[in-house]
Amino acid sequence: MDMDLLTNIFYAMIRTGTPLLLVALGELVCEKTGVLNLGQEGMMLFGAVIGFIVAFASGNLWLGVLFACLAGVLLSLLFAMVALGFNANQVATGLALTIFGVGLSSFVGASWVGKPLAGFEPIAIPLLSEIPVIGRMLFAQDLLVYLSFALFALVAWVLLKSRIGLIIQAVGENPNAASAMGLPVLRVRTLAVMFGGGMAGLAGGYMSLAYTPMWAENMTAGRGWIALALVVFASWRVSRVLLGAYLFGLASILHLVAQGLGLAIPGNLLAMLPYVATILVLVLLSRDAIRTRLYAPVSLGQPWQPGH
Amino acid sequence: MPESQTAHLKLCGITKQYPGCLANDRIDLSIQPGEIHALLGENGAGKSTLMKIIYGVTQPDAGEIHWQGERVTMRDPAQARERGIGMVFQHFSLFETLSVAENIALALGAKAGTPKQLEPKIREVSQRYGMPLEPQRLVHSLSIGERQRVEIIRCLMQDIRLLILDEPTSVLTPQEADELFVTLRRLAAEGCSILFISHKLNEVRALCQSATVLRAGRVSGECVPAECSDLELARLMVGDAEGLEAEYPKSEGRAPFLRVERLSWHNADPFGVSLEEVDLEVRAGEIVGIAGVAGNGQDELLALLSGEQRLPAAQAMHIRILGDDVAHLRPDARRRHGMAFVPAERLGHGAVPSMSLADNGLLTAYQQTGMVEQGMIRRGKVRAFAEQVIQRFAVKTPDAQTPAASLSGGNLQKFILGREILQQPKLLIAAHPTWGVDVGAAAAIHRALIELRDAGAAILVISEDLEELFQISDRIAALSDGRLSPQRATASTCPVEVGRWMAGQFDTSDTPVSTSAA
Repeated sequence: MDMDLLTNIFYAMIRTGTPLLLVALGELVCEKTGVLNLGQEGMMLFGAVIGFIVAFASGNLWLGVLFACLAGVLLSLLFAMVALGFNANQVATGLALTIFGVGLSSFVGASWVGKPLAGFEPIAIPLLSEIPVIGRMLFAQDLLVYLSFALFALVAWVLLKSRIGLIIQAVGENPNAASAMGLPVLRVRTLAVMFGGGMAGLAGGYMSLAYTPMWAENMTAGRGWIALALVVFASWRVSRVLLGAYLFGLASILHLVAQGLGLAIPGNLLAMLPYVATILVLVLLSRDAIRTRLYAPVSLGQPWQPGH
Repeated sequence: MPESQTAHLKLCGITKQYPGCLANDRIDLSIQPGEIHALLGENGAGKSTLMKIIYGVTQPDAGEIHWQGERVTMRDPAQARERGIGMVFQHFSLFETLSVAENIALALGAKAGTPKQLEPKIREVSQRYGMPLEPQRLVHSLSIGERQRVEIIRCLMQDIRLLILDEPTSVLTPQEADELFVTLRRLAAEGCSILFISHKLNEVRALCQSATVLRAGRVSGECVPAECSDLELARLMVGDAEGLEAEYPKSEGRAPFLRVERLSWHNADPFGVSLEEVDLEVRAGEIVGIAGVAGNGQDELLALLSGEQRLPAAQAMHIRILGDDVAHLRPDARRRHGMAFVPAERLGHGAVPSMSLADNGLLTAYQQTGMVEQGMIRRGKVRAFAEQVIQRFAVKTPDAQTPAASLSGGNLQKFILGREILQQPKLLIAAHPTWGVDVGAAAAIHRALIELRDAGAAILVISEDLEELFQISDRIAALSDGRLSPQRATASTCPVEVGRWMAGQFDTSDTPVSTSAA
């Protein structure tokens, strides 16, 4: 019985943490190049609604996923044009993008609220999924969760091992020196912003096609903001982003479990738990100032144009 | 110059016009294989423009570049590098959060290999040229001298024929500079040409076989440095040599004015420097010079002395002025104690770039001169004060309403220094007072400091220029990694000893604040 509960908790932890992981990975790459895009929430919602509509209309879930990504990329291009092309303030541009995305998704999705959709189903991998506790958690998820594992591995490899990762880090630390070295700073940043948009759109698509297969206004419920905080508190380290995302997932589940067990703790307090727990743990982890300085992109949020 | 051999690099009639300034005017220059050639000149003489043209950063308006006997154009630095030209800039373009190998891999391009693959070659090159360097170390943990090695090794990793070095010793201790010279001589012996840009005459004489001197965009002379005196070279650089050789009488000073005792401060910035038990005394009527390579605690010491960084009231006694504890006071309160400051950074720290000279004068002088009455600014007095500074210190500017940013470095520095001196401070703290200032203006600034000293003020000068410190200071000390060496009368020490202090070779435990005379 206890074993079953544990298995279920870990299984749900991954599912709940996945959208956060996806957005946060995108934002991590984006911030590593020195661009702070606060538009994650807006891009997520737009991805969620477009993904849902396309999947519903076409009957093809993967087409929905594709369009969710494209929707995120589209909004991120808007951000790139204003913040990188016209050198506007990144914070203001990002905030405007979120407000715009929230409104736009409500408008576009107005007539799709509450429609039923058969979303992604879990696919258990034979044998592996039968390992006690972690089997279900890692090997009986839906395809988008498996995709998120792969994307995590890809981002980690690119940032830590590849030449592209070096370029990203260089551009984020000192765009002037990078440019003097002949690196295309604005192109690197634009591509990173687009990647961030695609990941946010994918995360939105995961919400509306797999996590709760339907569309509801504001269904991301602030996950875009949590992801932003995750990246900072993870001190821009990819492994900690993963840790933070699943921690948040775990805490979210625990409050449901606690309610289910009928613990006499007010529901509102429990609902706060994921946010508080995630941030608390990551703050404790990021106390080492030197390591944090090493990973933090120095030029974060600063507008940059060639020749200045 | 023998023309029998094909010169590595030959420039003919290079001309470059910038709006309002002829930066290079028909410059000829030729460098033989294996030659170490000095390019001498004041700030603004056109050295930077010329080397940017050689390295392909900018294009000349007229003139020809011949590389190994062929006429070429240098479209961009990448093309210059391909031809075997490397350049070490004065301001390094390194990424602090990356390792040495990663920095080099980034610069060399994808074809050169991954950082891991480059490591053996980096080790080999660094050993061959006597520049020990561990490829896996992160750049932020390297000293300035070691960072320069990274830049040089980066150039040497390619097949290099000409290495351009822009003021390479300005960031080194004299000992580190000697080590660099050994490397450069070895490189030259292998046939690589070196273009050594500097304004330090003794170094040029020690290292270079020939020199081209620029003045106001033109070649003012070519010579063999070893056969010329300082004065001859300086004349070529400046034209008239008045005030260049000035020697100022040393002063003993009177009663102590500023006393810093066991000043320690922990820097929260992990890349910054923490101060350890700094003891310092500046007397009325003397100039104390603090030498040191940049980044050894100068900025931190300045911030603590000026009040930009305050200590808690409990530690206020670590900095005292005439017996008053001031370490906890704000800069304006310290100014009321008679202190005045000339910060290292002129634009953005010493002056607000977009504000007029008059308003910049108001910013620090408002307490002393009645410019503000009952909260109202007296515009007439503000302008009169600025005009007085401009006139007394020969600041070249159209008028007092000109924005600070439009003045040249030397002129703005004269204005900032003048602004502080006219407030008749009892203690002036000046950081790098002549950094990037031409010889004429530097001499004027030195004279003003000496005059202020002779009028009885205590003066503390922090500078990276040892020659300057020996010229003007009465006592001298050096900062190394947040520790201050003992202070000694300038007349009884020598640059070699101060160089050792700059490298951290001193013992503070048994030397209390020096008490040579009072």
